[in-house]
Amino acid sequence: MEDSEDIVQEALLVMHLKRDSWDDSQPLEPWLHAIARHKLIDHLRRRGFKDHVDIDEHAETLAAPPAGEEGTSVDAAKMLASLPERQRRIVEAISIEGLSARDVGGRLGMSEGAVRVALHRALKALAAVYRKDRP
Amino acid sequence: MKTEQLLAALVADRAAGGRSLTRTLSLGLLAGGVLSLGLFFATLGVRHDFAAAIATWRFDLKIVAMVLALVVAFALCRALGRPVPLLHPGRYLLPLLALAAVAVAIELAVVPMDTWRLRLVGTNSLICLTAVPALSLAPLAAVLAMLRSAAPASPALAGAAAGLLAAATGATLYAFHCFDDSPLFVVTWYSLSAAIVVAIGWAAGRRLLRW
Repeated sequence: MEDSEDIVQEALLVMHLKRDSWDDSQPLEPWLHAIARHKLIDHLRRRGFKDHVDIDEHAETLAAPPAGEEGTSVDAAKMLASLPERQRRIVEAISIEGLSARDVGGRLGMSEGAVRVALHRALKALAAVYRKDRP
Repeated sequence: MKTEQLLAALVADRAAGGRSLTRTLSLGLLAGGVLSLGLFFATLGVRHDFAAAIATWRFDLKIVAMVLALVVAFALCRALGRPVPLLHPGRYLLPLLALAAVAVAIELAVVPMDTWRLRLVGTNSLICLTAVPALSLAPLAAVLAMLRSAAPASPALAGAAAGLLAAATGATLYAFHCFDDSPLFVVTWYSLSAAIVVAIGWAAGRRLLRW
């Protein structure tokens, strides 16, 4: 369960950061699917699964975990901890506390623009950590 | 961190997106191309009989082929930079292969058989094999750097396409220097030179373009 949530989170992060790789004259779904698939295979390879697991046929029928069961990913917490102090505080304030970029700026004595720049860097750093630091 | 919390961070990040892959690649190619242009004028330079050459069909056809190679390689590179796998990447090369076949057929038809060998070997083959890859290095580095922000389904193939695009850039510059205009020479030696750059791009892409 934790694993699947990690993969979902990494895929979402990559979809966000690499959104320019979508050709806007093409349908969106194959692009989303391709990224999810790429990240899943990547993850399985790192874990040492050599077999190809084809989930395409079951994509429509696989049950999503009930919302209440959604866990807090241990890995993600560790990854957040690996960010530089300021970036980590910005990500936590926005994601966990739900503050706006402007509020975070007020709290940390930064402009809203600077908060957004730092946030973008933090997300890129997180994606890199996802890629490298997992077993 | 829960997934919805991550989503909140993604939504808050409105860093400028919307830079299309076309634009990103064009910028990289332009930057690398300008560097190679400088290298070209510093080392080889345009052939001294340029004015006379431009009036011959062989030279003109060579330039047309180079422009077509640039267009084809650019389209291929852009398509291979996307995560959705490309079904038949080889198809992109068909127009270029067709032009090469037609050019070779015309040349074989209009020149006497005993000069084929001379035209094929030419006088500059070794220079061609070194100059084209050398003029391709800066564009290759720039295009690969730009592709790192993309999400290629196959990093190795995307790297090879970057190599082809870089080789087309280097070959276009070199074509203005080289005296050997026979399609027999161009098809043989330019392709071999391009193959070197494509191989470098393939190997570099495999390492650099993973995501």
